[in-house]
Amino acid sequence: MHNTIVLVKKEFRSYFSTPLAYIFLVAFLVITQWLVMRGYFLRGQADLRSFFGLVPIIFILFIPAITMRLWAEERRQGTIEILMTSPVRDMEAVLGKFIGGWIFMGLAILFTFALPLVLKYTVAPEVGTDKGPIIGGYIGLFLMGGAYLAIGLFSSSLLDSQIAAWIIGTCICFALYMVGDPFGLFALPQALVPFFQYLSLSRHFENIARGVIDIRDIVYYFSVIFFFLFLNSCMIKSRK
Amino acid sequence: MITVKNLTKRFGETVAVNKVSFKVSLGEIVGFLGPNGAGKTTTMKMITCYLEPDQGQVQIGDLNIKEHSLEVRRKIGYLPENTPLYMDMGVVDYLLFIAELRNIPKSKKMSRVRQIVETCSLEREIKKNIGELSKGYRQRVGLAQALIHDPEILILDEPTSGLDPNQIIEIRELIKKIGQKKTIILSTHILPEVTATCNRAIIIHNGKLVADGTTEQLAEQSRGRTIYYVRIKGPKDTVQSRIQELISVESVRFQEESPQIGCRFEILAPKDKNPCEDLFRMAVKNDWVLTELSHERASLEDIFRDLTSS
Repeated sequence: MHNTIVLVKKEFRSYFSTPLAYIFLVAFLVITQWLVMRGYFLRGQADLRSFFGLVPIIFILFIPAITMRLWAEERRQGTIEILMTSPVRDMEAVLGKFIGGWIFMGLAILFTFALPLVLKYTVAPEVGTDKGPIIGGYIGLFLMGGAYLAIGLFSSSLLDSQIAAWIIGTCICFALYMVGDPFGLFALPQALVPFFQYLSLSRHFENIARGVIDIRDIVYYFSVIFFFLFLNSCMIKSRK
Repeated sequence: MITVKNLTKRFGETVAVNKVSFKVSLGEIVGFLGPNGAGKTTTMKMITCYLEPDQGQVQIGDLNIKEHSLEVRRKIGYLPENTPLYMDMGVVDYLLFIAELRNIPKSKKMSRVRQIVETCSLEREIKKNIGELSKGYRQRVGLAQALIHDPEILILDEPTSGLDPNQIIEIRELIKKIGQKKTIILSTHILPEVTATCNRAIIIHNGKLVADGTTEQLAEQSRGRTIYYVRIKGPKDTVQSRIQELISVESVRFQEESPQIGCRFEILAPKDKNPCEDLFRMAVKNDWVLTELSHERASLEDIFRDLTSS
């Protein structure tokens, strides 16, 4: 536990030791807010549905960019040798990196607070708004981002190239996002449809973003996170 | 302190370390010698619990690296090859991070870092990022990192590679200073380093241990032979044939001739024989002037080449 906290602190701080974190935050915020705002006044609806539809897709590209460095660079520079020969369990190291990244991602999500504020002062006074989907949407984003993050962290542990880690991470995230898509499901045998829908990251997100916080969806996200963190620690162990 | 028994590690088809066994006792400084790719680094990685051996045992005190991995790691300070450090971290930040990772209590953390900065003479550079430091200073940060929890055992993988001669001497002095109280294994392929810093040398070649002993012991083990040099004022050919006739001489080779001080010969004596006395008597008998009589022990370099060139 102590080790994990030490690593979380170090990982979170290391995002800000290079300009990368600031570039990431600015790029993420500019792109999402622009894409959301361009249709916002035309639609004239007091919800953030377009925002919550967009961010999970943007995250497919952005989250693996947060994590791609974490193990790949550690391996390329050899610093992993110092890390793994200090009295730290593999899982503690994995968790430290994951939680550090999760906090950073939470920060990125937090910075989109301007949108609900805009909503509150522009459209909402006229048509009235429902807070449930917004709160749910944010919780959903945080959980879904966590799942993406675990996937990205795992793919970073596969090779010692950051770019390869980013591409692999993006592909796995995309695949898990798309499996529940009706466009692909209609070609499948009927019996398999519920299974693929259950696997899909986006389906569970839709539930939460509707404002319905079901324990099953939360369990699902945490299982995905722990599954990939477990694979990650296996990869770290496999060096031996 | 460290007992390595039949240690074996394979990477696919190649056997990187092949049944290596040795013991290191408390307070020893052991030099790990071998050409590049001999298996030095792999052996060290297994002792530090970074890699797991395929076969064999490593025992640190009474702890086994497989069963008590975390406890073993607590006792060891490790400086990996090429000193991998987080380049974008500040020197003090980095040392504080390692101190926390090494479970040094909060109250002692700062004073410990200050102490280690002093031991490794890092005072001048503490405000910089590690990436801005020269190679010599990075090496010191690496050493500081390995020393911060005051480990009983230090494992240093090529601590002086890539440094300039002054830095090499500084780092060696530092290792000697630290080594008074610790057990150290350091690997190198620079031979004078072993003579300069270590009590003992272990030579590894193609994954196998080929020699183990103090540098003097190794010298004896390898050839057990000494080369003699003699310079005699006299007719070159006659002198050479007379030397050759001596029982205590195996072979003689002419080296050079100078009109003032005579001809110089290199003499190889058979094992356990010293030709000095015979040479002197021979010179007296023939009324030649002996201007030089010296010998040279086989150096570590010779031993190394002898054992590892195949």
